[in-house]
Amino acid sequence: MNDFSVHLPILQVVIPLLAAPFCFILRKEAVVSVFTVLVGFACFAISMDLLAQVIDGDVLVYELGDWARPWGIEYRIDILNALLLVVVSSMAAVVFIAGPGQARRAIPEGRGYLFYSAALLTLTGLLGVTITGDVFNVFVFLEISSLSSYILIALGRSRRALMAAFSYLIMGTIGATFLLIGIGLMYQMTGTLNMVDMTERLRDAEQTRTIFVALAFVVVGISVKLAVFPLHQWLPNAYSFSPPLVSAFLASTATKVAYYLLIRFCLGLFGLTLVFEVVEIDVLLLPLSVMAMFVGSIAAIYQRDFKRLLAYSSIAQVGYMTLGLSLASEAGVAAGLIHVFNHALMKGALFLVAACVTWRMGGTRLDAMKGLGRRMPVTMAAMVVGGLALVGVPGTVGFVSKWALVSAALEKDAYLLGFLVMASSLLALVYVWKLVEIVYFQEPETGIERREPPLRLLVPTWILAGASIYFGVFSDFAVDVASRAAAQIFAAGM
Amino acid sequence: MDAEATIVSTALILPLFGALGVVALGRWPNLRDSWTIAIGLATFGSVARLVGPVMEGARPALVQPDWMPGLGLGFEVEPLGLLFGLVASGLWVLTSLYGFGYMRGHGEKNQTRFFACFALAIAAALGIAFSGDLITLFLFYELLTFSTYPLVTHAGTEQAVRAGRLYLGILVSTSVLFLLFAVLWTSVIAETLHFTPGGILEGQIEGKQAGLLLMFFAYGIGKAALMPFHRWLPAAMVAPTPVSALLHAVAVVKAGVFSVLKIAIYIFGIDFLASGGFSNVLMIVAAITILAASIHALSLDNLKARLAYSTISQLSYIVLGAALATSASMMGAGLHILMHALGKITLFFVAGAIYVVAHKTEVSQLDGLGRRMPFTFGAFCVASFSIIGLPPLGGAWSKWFLIQGAFDAGEPWMVVVFMASSLLSIGYLMPIVARGFFRPLPDGEEEGLDEAPLLMLLPLCTTALACFVIFFYANDVYRLLAPIVGLDGGS
Repeated sequence: MNDFSVHLPILQVVIPLLAAPFCFILRKEAVVSVFTVLVGFACFAISMDLLAQVIDGDVLVYELGDWARPWGIEYRIDILNALLLVVVSSMAAVVFIAGPGQARRAIPEGRGYLFYSAALLTLTGLLGVTITGDVFNVFVFLEISSLSSYILIALGRSRRALMAAFSYLIMGTIGATFLLIGIGLMYQMTGTLNMVDMTERLRDAEQTRTIFVALAFVVVGISVKLAVFPLHQWLPNAYSFSPPLVSAFLASTATKVAYYLLIRFCLGLFGLTLVFEVVEIDVLLLPLSVMAMFVGSIAAIYQRDFKRLLAYSSIAQVGYMTLGLSLASEAGVAAGLIHVFNHALMKGALFLVAACVTWRMGGTRLDAMKGLGRRMPVTMAAMVVGGLALVGVPGTVGFVSKWALVSAALEKDAYLLGFLVMASSLLALVYVWKLVEIVYFQEPETGIERREPPLRLLVPTWILAGASIYFGVFSDFAVDVASRAAAQIFAAGM
Repeated sequence: MDAEATIVSTALILPLFGALGVVALGRWPNLRDSWTIAIGLATFGSVARLVGPVMEGARPALVQPDWMPGLGLGFEVEPLGLLFGLVASGLWVLTSLYGFGYMRGHGEKNQTRFFACFALAIAAALGIAFSGDLITLFLFYELLTFSTYPLVTHAGTEQAVRAGRLYLGILVSTSVLFLLFAVLWTSVIAETLHFTPGGILEGQIEGKQAGLLLMFFAYGIGKAALMPFHRWLPAAMVAPTPVSALLHAVAVVKAGVFSVLKIAIYIFGIDFLASGGFSNVLMIVAAITILAASIHALSLDNLKARLAYSTISQLSYIVLGAALATSASMMGAGLHILMHALGKITLFFVAGAIYVVAHKTEVSQLDGLGRRMPFTFGAFCVASFSIIGLPPLGGAWSKWFLIQGAFDAGEPWMVVVFMASSLLSIGYLMPIVARGFFRPLPDGEEEGLDEAPLLMLLPLCTTALACFVIFFYANDVYRLLAPIVGLDGGS
């Protein structure tokens, strides 16, 4: 038993990796769908166990094939990546439950198994990026997750999905290439790819132009993946033309992992002094975050498609996360991480609502959603909950994020910034209420008979909607873990 | 958990439980409505059981520590909150009775949703009343806004949706931009948000900044309807009359002024407010609101709109009382929460009864109606006198203390404001009574008794009677509030 638990870090990645080809070979959807859910929950269980092991501040090191660094690759788990592992694997597990509910309607006939294999590969990539302690390994896993997510997006029914996947591919590849160039430069300066060694040597190394350039390449590369304004162009199309479950999965995991990378590289590898005092990326990141908050939200107000609206709202929400980082304080990073957790819950819930609507109406145009409050009351109630969380109403997770972020801003005497965060959350009220009015006050165009989506869609939707309330009332779990993670990474970044 | 804490949690949970029950029993209207009454009585009963201990100086508290980092969800019952809780839960029972008559007499749709949201709103109002710190207050403040939104837009018409937009827009934006900001600001400078007798801000902030913070609070609490953020209140009058009655004369607006008063007493502290002179701006804004709203009410023909503007004016009495920051003015403000609630709910009840019986909404249509509906108009007359502040009705006491407070604070102009506003309220209320009783009925309408259904008549006569009875029992309320405003108990 003891032997087995030692290998949990590698199992975290290998289980979904092996499960993916298995799904591809098996093909029978009934079997595959159940199998995927099991894999999802296995990953979730492992990540919770890992989190429990590191929560007190110990760092868990796993050497692949017992090759010690710098010869071998090692997996290093501290609170920060354990938190992200939990977010990614839990969201995957919940979204996979809905798999069979949507596959037939949102994905072309006979390609269901592709969804499962690609989703598992994406999961592998995302977990790998998060868990590894080797920068080149980061790049490899990032490519695994990106390539398979292009497949996922291209699975969308409409032909535009292909175009969306293609432009994501271009942007994603540019981002990954930038990251690779940055990693290359870092390797040139330090002669190692292991994060621990690299950190030590970067701190001692002279601050040469090569390092500044490396930082620039890395930050821009990750920012593309994270959809930091104005590098967000790929995101609206990718999220709105992909099958709704894919949007739910990617929206609540992929950008979160990119945010993790940004923190890991900026604080963990380059270090506070270099990033915030010498290069001062906050001078750029802070205004861009504020712009994202407003541009994303304002754009969301004018969308005519539910998923597109959610996509633009995501851009604004990413703005909150990067704002947390650009405050360059422990509280700010903690606020960003709290929002990673919280945003995954609420956006996941809302995209699952989109999946329910697609199941029922065949699409998510807002025109088609008129009067749905009467036709799908249970689903729409979940939408209201998710929407209120986006606005940041107290009692939902959104409020916890907002409170943490504004407190962090005020702590730095950035009163105007705190005010702007609140003002931008009012824009969220506008687009959420636009939805509410359409859903509850407009007459449906076709029929009024009541029909909810099947339970396998409703249950995961309400798991996330319920969690958005539960963790809004009992927020100590997320806040505690995020604060510890921020404290640990901050100590490392000194 | 001690016995009193158990009562507090019961009082908070009962209305929530009631809302669930209403939804579950939706298919059987009679059962559903009896359930509402039973829960209402039980809630009122548990709130009332707190009166004894609180009078003796106990402060039953209930804390749920894990809400936010360093911020528990805390409840603590103090006299002012208890008074507001009594008003909200007591009038809930009467309004429910009235609501059954109104909604059924009117054949309204979606009654289950209506009464469920009603119960939720009461739960939120009680949460505000019993909140032990600012963050808990803020939580329930927002909950109250969102739970009343479906009530305001109940009709589902274009006009109702637009009113709902205004309602939510003003209340949520002010609360997020100003109130939440003020709460955060307070937490940064005072490092606590707990309602503490004597206040927590003294010595932490001064001068212009303190004045700014006070204005952030006053405008952040949009439910207090200070001008220029008052527009949501008349707009919300598209709601069915029971909503206007309970929410826009009692629960929602009183939650607003109650919060202002509570923050003045427990966050700023009376002494601190009185010392700085920084409350002058608030005083002026409140005075302008009192006068402007009263004058505007004179010009309105729609009965509910006129009452709405009267409410805006009366609410600012309480805000002005808080801004004057003397013991007497605070006492007057506290009393006015109760007195105005009793009077104004009667007036709204009457407006609804007139609408259901005669389908009339404008003041100019009311000629001679008083002879057909003598009890209804009699109740209107009594409540109007109370609002104006004539003895022997409850409103006389609160006005007495407010004016005395204005003298104590050395603000003779504010005395003038109170006096002028009384005259104006005669001007906008008395013509309605006069028309009803003394003008002839329009051609083609029959004389003869045509009263409202008993379910509506009974509550409105009860509240009118209460305006009268409370005049003689005001001393008990005085004794309840005296310790927190720095007056000797009993008089």
